[in-house]
Amino acid sequence: MSAGYRVRQAPWPGIRRIGWLFLSAFIIFLCPVWAADTPSNADCLACHEDKGLTTKRGAKTVSLYVDAKKFASSIHASLSCTSCHASLEGKELPHETPVAKVNCGTCHSSEAELHAKSLHGKAAARGDVLAPRCLNCHGNHDILPVKDRRSPVYPLNVPVTCGKCHREGTPVQTQRPIEEHNILENYSESIHGEGLLKKGLIVAPNCASCHTPHNILPHTDPNSSIARRNIAKTCTQCHATIEQVHRKVIRGELWEKEANVLPACVDCHQPHKVRKVFYTQGMADADCLRCHTKADLKASDGRPLLVHVAELAGSRHAKVACSQCHSEVNASRVRPCETITKRVDCSSCHAEVAQQFQRSKHGQLLAANDPNAPTCKECHGDHRILGRQNPVSATFATNVPALCARCHREGQKAAVRYTGTQHEIIQHYTESIHGKGLLKSGLTVTATCTNCHTAHGVLPRRDPDSTVNPKNVPATCGKCHHGIQEQFVESIHSATVTKTGQELPVCSDCHSAHSIRRADEDGFKLEIMNKCGRCHAEIAKTYFETYHGKVSRLGYTKTAKCYDCHGAHDIQKVTDPRSHLSRANVVATCRQCHSDATRRFAGYLTHATHHDPKKYPFLFWSFWGMTALLVGTFVVGGVHTLLWLPRAVEMRRELRAEEEAERKLRLPEDNDAKR
Amino acid sequence: MQNADELKRPLKYEREAVMVAGEPAGAAAAAAPVAAAVPAVAAEREFVRFNRLHRTLHACMIVSFLSLAITGLSLKFSYTKWAVVLSRLLGGFQTAGYVHRFAAVIMFSVFITHLVDLYRSKKRGKMSWRALLFGPNTLLPTRQDLHEFIATMKWFLHLGPRPQYGHWTYWEKFDYFAVFWGIFIIGSTGLTLWFPVFFTRFLPGWFINVATIIHSDEALLATGFIFTVHFFNTHLRPEKFPMDTTIFTGRMQLAELKRDKPREYQALVARGELEEHMAEPHPAIVVRTIRAFAWAALAVGFCIVVWIIYAMLFAYR
Repeated sequence: MSAGYRVRQAPWPGIRRIGWLFLSAFIIFLCPVWAADTPSNADCLACHEDKGLTTKRGAKTVSLYVDAKKFASSIHASLSCTSCHASLEGKELPHETPVAKVNCGTCHSSEAELHAKSLHGKAAARGDVLAPRCLNCHGNHDILPVKDRRSPVYPLNVPVTCGKCHREGTPVQTQRPIEEHNILENYSESIHGEGLLKKGLIVAPNCASCHTPHNILPHTDPNSSIARRNIAKTCTQCHATIEQVHRKVIRGELWEKEANVLPACVDCHQPHKVRKVFYTQGMADADCLRCHTKADLKASDGRPLLVHVAELAGSRHAKVACSQCHSEVNASRVRPCETITKRVDCSSCHAEVAQQFQRSKHGQLLAANDPNAPTCKECHGDHRILGRQNPVSATFATNVPALCARCHREGQKAAVRYTGTQHEIIQHYTESIHGKGLLKSGLTVTATCTNCHTAHGVLPRRDPDSTVNPKNVPATCGKCHHGIQEQFVESIHSATVTKTGQELPVCSDCHSAHSIRRADEDGFKLEIMNKCGRCHAEIAKTYFETYHGKVSRLGYTKTAKCYDCHGAHDIQKVTDPRSHLSRANVVATCRQCHSDATRRFAGYLTHATHHDPKKYPFLFWSFWGMTALLVGTFVVGGVHTLLWLPRAVEMRRELRAEEEAERKLRLPEDNDAKR
Repeated sequence: MQNADELKRPLKYEREAVMVAGEPAGAAAAAAPVAAAVPAVAAEREFVRFNRLHRTLHACMIVSFLSLAITGLSLKFSYTKWAVVLSRLLGGFQTAGYVHRFAAVIMFSVFITHLVDLYRSKKRGKMSWRALLFGPNTLLPTRQDLHEFIATMKWFLHLGPRPQYGHWTYWEKFDYFAVFWGIFIIGSTGLTLWFPVFFTRFLPGWFINVATIIHSDEALLATGFIFTVHFFNTHLRPEKFPMDTTIFTGRMQLAELKRDKPREYQALVARGELEEHMAEPHPAIVVRTIRAFAWAALAVGFCIVVWIIYAMLFAYR
């Protein structure tokens, strides 16, 4: 510029020409320098259009290919590469690696700020490898406007995009503390999901509508769009007149004044879950109680229809409106309840539990209209439903056995139809360690019926989904006895270790199901050998031929029993180095009792039999040698005695006869002497 | 009771003496004067066969042997209900184990005491080893025993007269050495089982298993033999039925000596030493006590035999 200015000022054309020359030379000279300062998109693509261009990031090989066509159709097409890859501005090509990460916040500052405060942003800041960054949702070079149908953040695509991480089974879902499960599945079945995905209504809420696109926070965060305090506001973005809809259930103004007391939307309409419309029209409880507080109110079949208000008020459902359970009411009728045709359906709210129940034996019986089938009411009661945390509740831990006993006690309706092997269940349970723990010691953490059989998903043992199916027993017991389960799953008895068609033992095979005893009780200790012997018949037999086996038969519990040597739950093959009986461990195992045991001592044959000449020739020949000696001696002694016997009898007879003769001879003499 | 016995005894001795004297022509001359003297001088005196120590050792042996048998067999036949009940009666297996070992110590003591006594009696009698081991009353088997055994077989089969046995018959010698053998075999294996850790310092571990087999089978042999053959041979022979109490009282009637050990009797008479071996019988109360003890021992022994037979025949594993 300054050169040009001078040229204009120059009075001579010759000089002007020289000036032009200079200028041209200057520009020609400068051009490459300019090019070096700010690489053009073409410069970048010169390398990055090569599909084979890669780099190493840690152990991973990452492609550095940039699709020029996609970039050209992206929303950022008008930008130069260096606009985003700002660190390369003014750098010479080829540039050094690695290149600093793109900061979208340079342009999209408000979004970046929200993201940084969000759950995702915080996780990224912590260095969580699973934390999503801008490009994970929006893409990078192929970024499209939100309104483009191809954009991953187009409303229809949002569930898929979020689902990349929040699907069932993903690392995020399994490794991060996310309480909700089957999110995508449930959402797609919900009225929102149906609207969006099936009916294609892009106004139907997608994930971002409730969770916000960038400011995603856990519901426990008071600033979260889904926090209890804010959820109503979030829902009312769409459901603007919802207060009027709920007028009869909840007094509208309370909703805002006492949000903490009143149910939030999600209390009834669970997030992500299948939902039904409970009530076509709201009803106030007071309307119901106008009639149902009358003691003489009876149904056509004679059932009393009186509702004890106090009971209801003290129940778990104190804040649930009558019409929420007794649906199908019609507020415009004089008797709103006359439109009711169905029984109370608890599944309207307790959908998940209801699903479990339907699958359970109880539910199956109910579905088959079996008169013995229990309904929700049978266990939980009706208006007086109390939580299982309430000691008065029939479902409180210490009351559960009595609750189940109503039907499962010997002679009762469930026990009568039962055809399995478990009898006197309640009696046995009460005497078991669990029963004593629960009922005598009052330990509410002790296993009750429902801990093993589940409360709602009760299934018979042979059902593969049953918690007491042999396949699932270790996991069921492991809920409490976790440490034992950890040992067990590594052991030879575990189905994960031993692949066999034969039945493997599970907890209940050794410990029994309902009459579980303490493992340090004598009775258990003596019984265990027979338990092992059910499968290991031969080895148990030979055990009983040895000293250990014999003394345990006599009721001595301090001697080595199966588990003292082999381990109880961590049984391994003897050849396994982890086994208590492996070469490295066997002496230590013997030393549990024989404190001075040596390796040679450990050579004692604990399962020896003298009936196997191949395996134990020494024992076999010792035994037969001794037997020969025994038989030989007895034959000689016996024959000697038998031959002697008749002669000895003869001798006795002779002696007696002579004695008698002698006496007769002496008698007259005696008489003579007396005279 | 006592009076009746007293009435009977002189009568019997006299008759026996006459009978024995009348039988062998050679012995008659020697026996006749003694036979005439005995009823007059020592009508109630008895021949002393065993001294106090021998009797005590036999009694100790009975106690320890029965204890060992009961406690040991309850372990051997642990698979029978009997064994379990018995073990519980004994105060549990552990107590049974203590009883077994204590009885074993008694048995060893009896054995050692006997050996010491042998040595001391040799010294007292100023005998040489040769005289002790090969003298007329030796317990070692001799050619005479072989002859007597053959003669006995002949007598059993009605092919000859009853042999003239001496101080120790061959079956008594057999029983005596059976104890030696038993103590050696059962005792050594028993110690191995008692102190397995010590013994496996120089023996392989499987030797414990072998020791178990030998110990228990040899014990079976010992108990079985003692409670059947030995009982019969020395206590229950019909001519002595119901019981020969010589080993308990130490005394036997002279007539019995003459009948059962004629060779010894004749030798004593010939040497004129018979009178040295005669003593007053025990008081009735002592005899009765001894009989009660002997009966108890016999009864226990028989129970064990029945139990062994039951276990072997009906419950053998």
